[in-house]
Formats: sequence, structure tokens, C-alpha cells
Amino acid sequence: MSRQPEGPPPPPVVQKLRIRYAKRGRLRFTSHRDFARVFERAIRRARLPIAYSAGFSPHPKVSYAGAAPTGTASEAEYLEIGLAEATDPDQVRDTLDAALPPGIDIVDVVDAADSPAKTLAELIEASRWSIELPGVSVAAAQKALDLLLAQTTAPVERATKDGTRTVDVRAALVTANVALTSANGPDPAAECARMDLVVQHATPAVRPDDILTALRMIGALTTPVTPLVTRLAQGLIDTTSPEDAQRLTDPLHGSRRSDSAVSP
Amino acid sequence: MTVESVFPRLEPLLPQVRKPVQYVGGELHAQVKAWDSAAVRWALMYPDAYEVGLPNQGVQILYEVLNEQPDVLAERTYSVWPDLEALMREHGIPQFTVDAHRPVGDFDIFGVSFATELGYTNLLTALDLADIPITAAERADGDPVVIAGGHAAFNPEPVAEFIDGAVVGDGEQAALAVTDLVRTWKAEGRPGGRDGLLLALATSGVVYVPRFYDVAYLPDGRIQRVVPNQSGVPWRVTKHTVMDLDEWPYPKQPLVPLAETVHERYSVEIFRGCTRGCRFCQAGMITRPVRERSITTVGEMVQRGIAATGFEEVGLLSLSSADHSEIHEIAKGLADRYDGEQVSLSLPSTRVDAFNITLANELSRNGRRTGLTFAPEGGSERMRKVINKMVTEDDLIQTVATAYGNGWRQVKLYFMCGLPTETDEDVLAIAGMARRVIATGREAAGRKDIRCTISIGGFVPKPHTPFQWAAQLDHETVDRRLRALKGAVTHDREFGRSIGVRYHDGRPSIIEGLLSRGDRRVAPVIRRVWEQGQRFDGWSEYFSYERWEAACRDVFEAQPVSLDWYTTRERQQNEVLPWDHLDSGLDKEWLWEDWQEAIAASVDGGGEVEDCRWTPCYDCGVCPSMGTEIQVGPTGRPLLPLTPL
Repeated sequence: MSRQPEGPPPPPVVQKLRIRYAKRGRLRFTSHRDFARVFERAIRRARLPIAYSAGFSPHPKVSYAGAAPTGTASEAEYLEIGLAEATDPDQVRDTLDAALPPGIDIVDVVDAADSPAKTLAELIEASRWSIELPGVSVAAAQKALDLLLAQTTAPVERATKDGTRTVDVRAALVTANVALTSANGPDPAAECARMDLVVQHATPAVRPDDILTALRMIGALTTPVTPLVTRLAQGLIDTTSPEDAQRLTDPLHGSRRSDSAVSP
Repeated sequence: MTVESVFPRLEPLLPQVRKPVQYVGGELHAQVKAWDSAAVRWALMYPDAYEVGLPNQGVQILYEVLNEQPDVLAERTYSVWPDLEALMREHGIPQFTVDAHRPVGDFDIFGVSFATELGYTNLLTALDLADIPITAAERADGDPVVIAGGHAAFNPEPVAEFIDGAVVGDGEQAALAVTDLVRTWKAEGRPGGRDGLLLALATSGVVYVPRFYDVAYLPDGRIQRVVPNQSGVPWRVTKHTVMDLDEWPYPKQPLVPLAETVHERYSVEIFRGCTRGCRFCQAGMITRPVRERSITTVGEMVQRGIAATGFEEVGLLSLSSADHSEIHEIAKGLADRYDGEQVSLSLPSTRVDAFNITLANELSRNGRRTGLTFAPEGGSERMRKVINKMVTEDDLIQTVATAYGNGWRQVKLYFMCGLPTETDEDVLAIAGMARRVIATGREAAGRKDIRCTISIGGFVPKPHTPFQWAAQLDHETVDRRLRALKGAVTHDREFGRSIGVRYHDGRPSIIEGLLSRGDRRVAPVIRRVWEQGQRFDGWSEYFSYERWEAACRDVFEAQPVSLDWYTTRERQQNEVLPWDHLDSGLDKEWLWEDWQEAIAASVDGGGEVEDCRWTPCYDCGVCPSMGTEIQVGPTGRPLLPLTPL
């Protein structure tokens, strides 16, 4: 008979909170694993009544929705935590944000019980990405994008741990626009185009890097400076919005899409 | 003059390198102070990758001690991996601190902590990237003063040409003393320029400044003498000793990194020094006497450290943690305090006795009992007598069986190969011991799925130990003995599958030996391998024995010395050792007698050198010559209730 932990099992989850956070500036270089360590330690420092799993190696009840790749900033990352004592979501937002390093910022906290959806995953199907391209003119960016959008498929290979995988960038691209932005590169005088893309989530995921690869391959895009990628939003595609200004619903406050809205 | 951050130039390069988060700083409790209002500015380096360097206690303690001074600024820097090094060279970005990304070359003092000699090539990379001349003699007034510390600084001669000074011993008070001297020198308008400062550091006795000592050699290659070439410079530089650890409760606000590091825990040093007298152990010899941190300070530090960091684990550190006079009260008190709070406690355990298991059981009260570690170091009883680690095989087996009986599933045993007077049989005896461990353990546990891992390191003779005169065993013999041991375990049908054997090839130990007991003539070898691209010598994927060996051949070609001369040669009593002018307090006569007793013990069994904590003895010389005393409890005070400091 193996040893068992002594004493009563840990208290159960009485409240689930959904959290939107941002990963900004230099902290965009944290990987998902880095973030998880930072976040779980901040919970302990903030003394939140987090619930733990049972057993010899108890884990805090935190479930992460798909994280933005290392090196990309984000204004809209989501996760859910389980608490062993009911706590005011606004208070959690403030204490947790204070315990986290500047650059990882809690944007919003809501009680999952108030949401129409059982899981966060049901409320997220696409991301809005901003790709800033220092040193790239709007015309050059638009040309590359037009060439990509003209394709029916745009396969891109990516090296993963399990070998090379191919993703179809074109199929995942819902909408794409180009605008001029205030220059962000080392040379303030150089033009800086900004792409605004809505990308459908899929397995395997199409990442901003894959889109850039496709733009370089198909659209002959050259980027003199490393582009700055930011996830602006995640949510469900709002089919009532115009096609050239596609909106995403807010997973914490928006309602679940009605069945009629899904049908084309 | 304000110094500009290199971050805007570094940032666009980071997506191109592995684990960029290690270069961005932003750790919890990292400090960024205003450059202009600081009178003295330190850049502190641990010369290895961030993941190894960040948790280093020495650097974290000095970082906090220095930054607590209102007019002192201290920032940290670590070795950059070759991928970023190449990009920094291409884009002209200098070695930077991770706190404010300021160029290391702009600081007053560049302090480098050498826990091991294998960081020497990384020092050269950092100097070169910082645009600081690699040779100390070529540095100008505006360059930082490069000061080495850490255990390897007890023989800094192989890097004497690259450093301006070395601090020997505990750094807390010494770093402040250096700060005071630099502050005064700057306030007085830098009298005498760079040499004036170095002379002030040397004559104060705080810092060993190699350039003020001349080394003369005999025709056969041995050192003739080492003499000061400046008046007022001490003949021997003595080590620094912090006497009251309760007055220095650091780290108080430990750094909590964003990146993953090798030790993710709050560590508190429960005592410094060790007088067990293991003859191979440099740490135990150079950190005497034993100075305990009191149970109440330990309790307060843990409570505050956990609250400040959110770490899930507490490590009770020292050279032999079970030896604290109130360790049982500490372990029980912490286990009570953190019961049900998801804080695990760890005690790096090396002592082979039943008490250790009692402690480990206490600390793992509600945790999984996975592995326990013991360090018999020698496979045969004869070998253990030679190293003065007195434990009989029966006691060892009994202890380990108790561990299995208490629910521990895996026991790890540490050994060394290449110890003085060692024979093939001594190493093969490890296999026999492991077989007995499993046989007895299966009985005690009442199950067959227990495991024993034996982990073997190559022995490297170190300065300031009784084995400093010993011949290092050649790597061919080390490898042959370890292969034979591995074969004996693998071919054991009954127990072989329950025993794991872990060892590395013997060649890196030879280079560590060269750098440990080398003198100033080794510097050109370090420089040559570094110029050929040698980096990160502690990492097997970067280490190249061939390169080191070839550089030794080239550099030593016309000299009476060689790689073998520095490593596999036994020294005689009258030989001047390269580190003799650095005073660890140990009486050289006593060390020699202890060495002779080790050799005698190899033949007739010999007697044990007792621990002076319990059997008063001043023979080693440290307390009388350093004016220090053993500081041990018990205090009789409880760990709880805890009061804020």
C-alpha cells in the first residue's frame, strides 16, 4: 500500500473567475511556461484563496486558454481560476495586478457563473492581430497582402518538436487590412505599415509568424526590422459586423452568438 | 553623465535568439537606481548562463547589500549564449546589465563571482563584449576595476593577468569596504589614477591585487617565491570572515525571475563553514569556522522570504545542513508553520545517518517521498578513511534500508573516482555496496520497485586542502575504472536493473584541475582557447578537451611545465604553491600532516580527525590566525512564534 497524504482533502472550488490579461513591452518575451510560473507565484503573494488539486503534488486550479507565442505582445489573453472561497472579481483584479510585474497586467475579471458559456473555449474562435512593420511602406505591405489574398491556399511549413508541419495561412485568414502607423522602428523618419488581421483558430494553429512567412514567400515582402506583433482581441466572429471591419465578441462580456447568427 | 540603455538596440535582436526572456530583466525585486545620484556603481556578474547565475546566493546577497546603500548602485550581468554574442558583435552592442541594460564598461567596479574555475573563459567574453581590455595592465582610468570573488578566488593566479583584484572569503563586508575605498578615491579627485586606487585597495588588505606581486620560478618549473613589489602591500592577503550571520540576514528580498532557472526556491543559509574535515572538500576548508544562523533568524527569513516571493519551496542550505545544532527544531517548526500551505521544504542531505532520515521524514510530512541523497564519497571503507569520511558500510546499509522502510522509493549515492591511493578494487566496491543497498532495501520496504542511483564525479585536488599536494588521476584510468564499475552493475542479474550508474568522462576534470591548481603561466592557455571560440566550459556541448590540450601543448612548448605537470604531478612539502600568499587561515603544516595521515590511513586504517565543534581543537589554525571563533547553538529558543525583524 502506497503512502497517502494525511489529513482532509483540499477544499473544493466554489467560484470560477475568468481573467483577461495583457502581455506588454519586454514581458512579451515570456514563454507560456514562464508566464504560468509568474502567475502562480503572484497568486500566492496576493494570498488569493486559490483551490488546489488533491494528492502529493497539489496544483493550483488555473486553466489557460491558448497563449500567444513567445515574443508577441497581447492585449487579450484569457485564463480561468478556481477559488476555494468566493471573492469579489474587482478585488481579485486589483490585488492580482498589484502582485504581477509591470507588463503583465490584469485587464478584466468576471465570475464565470455570470457567463452564458460553460468554458472559455466556447467563446473564442479567432484572434485579431496587429503586425507593425517598421521600414515597410503601406504600398509595399498592401501589395504583399493582395498577392496572398489572391491565393486559394497558402501552405507554410513550420519546424516543430515532432518534425515539420504544414499550415494553410490563406484558409485561416478571415480579414486583412493595411494602415499607416506612427513609426516605431529605430529610424523615426521611415514609414511603418500596420496590418490588421483576423485569423481563425485551427489545429495546428496559424501563427503570426506563419503569416509573415507567407507574405515573404508569396508577396515578396521584406522586413528590414523585426516586426512587432500584438494580439488585440480574441473572441467569436461577429457575423453582424461589416466584412471589411470584422469585429470579435468580448469573451467576458459579450453574449454567446445566437444560432441564427452562425448560419450564413 | 547619464548612461543610455542598450535595450532599444537589443530588443529587435531578441526574437532571433533562444530564450530571449533571460536578457530582459524585470525580475521581482530587481532594482533600477538613478545613475547620476550614485557615488559608486557596481556591475555584478555570475559568469554562466542566466538560468544558472540568477539563483546564485552570493550575487543576490551582494546585490542587496550594495543597493541598500543610498549612494551605491548595483546591477547584474550574466553570460550571453553564443547566438546572442554573435548578434551583439554584429550590431556593436556591448555587454549589458539586465537591470537597466547599461553597458558594463561604464561601471566603476565589475565584480565577478567564480563558484567554479570553469567560468574563466566566460569572463573573457564578457570583458571583450564590454570593450574592457582583457589584459588588466592595458586598462585605462575610465575602465571598471575588475574584481574576482567566490571560492575559485582562493587561487586566482590563472586569471591574475585578466583581473585587477580578488576578494578572498566572505563578500558582504568586503564589498562595502571596497565601496568605501572607491567612494573616497572618487571624492578626492582620483589621486594616483587607476594605480592609486589599486594601491589603496591592496594596502588596506581588503583586495588581493596580483600586479603588486612578482612571481619568480625555478629552472624546473616550480615557483621560487612570490613577493610584493610595492611597499605597504601585505605579504599575505587574508580571507574575510563574517562572524555574525544574524546581522546579515540576506537575501531579504530575493529575486524572482520570469525565466526558468536551475533553483526555483527560497534558499536560506542556515550556517556557513564546516569542520567535518573531509580532506577533498575545499569548501569545508576555506569557510572555517562554523557560524550558525540562529533558529529565530532562520524562521524570520523563511517567513518573510516566502511572503515576498511566492516560491513553493524552501531550501535550507549549508555544507552539511543536518549539522545545525537546532536543525530538528527548525525542520519541525517549519513543517508545522507551513502545514497545508503548499510550501515544500528541502534539505540538501549528504550526511549518512539515521538522523538525516528523521529530518527528511519531517520535511516531507505531506509530500511525496521520491528521492533521498547521501554522499559516502568513497566506495570502500579504506577509501573513506583516506578522505576522513568515517562511516562503516554496515551503518550505511542500515541507514539506507531505514529510508526505504520509511517509504522513500529512490536513494541516490554520490561518490568520487580518482581519490588519492585509490585502486580498481575501491571503485568496484561501489557496485558491491549498491547490491547490498538494494537487497536490504527490498526487505525493509517489502517491495521490489525501489531504486538506487550511484552518481560518480571525478576527483579534482583543490588548493587549501590536505589533498592540494596530491597527484590527480589521469583521465584514462578514471574512465577505465568507471567503465568496469558500470559493467559490474549492468551484468548483475539479480540487482542490476534496480541500480543506475551516472558518470561523465574524466577529461573535463583534468582541465578543472589545471585551472584549480594552476599559476600565472596558465593565463595564455585560457586566452588561447577563448580566442579559438571556447565558451561555457561547464556545459558538455560546448567543452572541447582537444582544444584545451592543444593549447597547453602550444603554450607550454618551450617551458618546463605541461598539462600533466599541473595535474597528475604530486607536489612535495617544500614546494611553493601558487596560492601560498593567499591566507585561508589554514596552517600549511597542519594541512601537510593531515595529508600524511591520509596516506598512512590508506595502509593502516589511521584515526579520525574529529569535528572541532564538539571536540575543541585549534590545530587547523583558522581561529587563532583569523581571530575567529566557532559560533554554534543551541539557543534553546523556539522557531515559533515568529516576530518581524
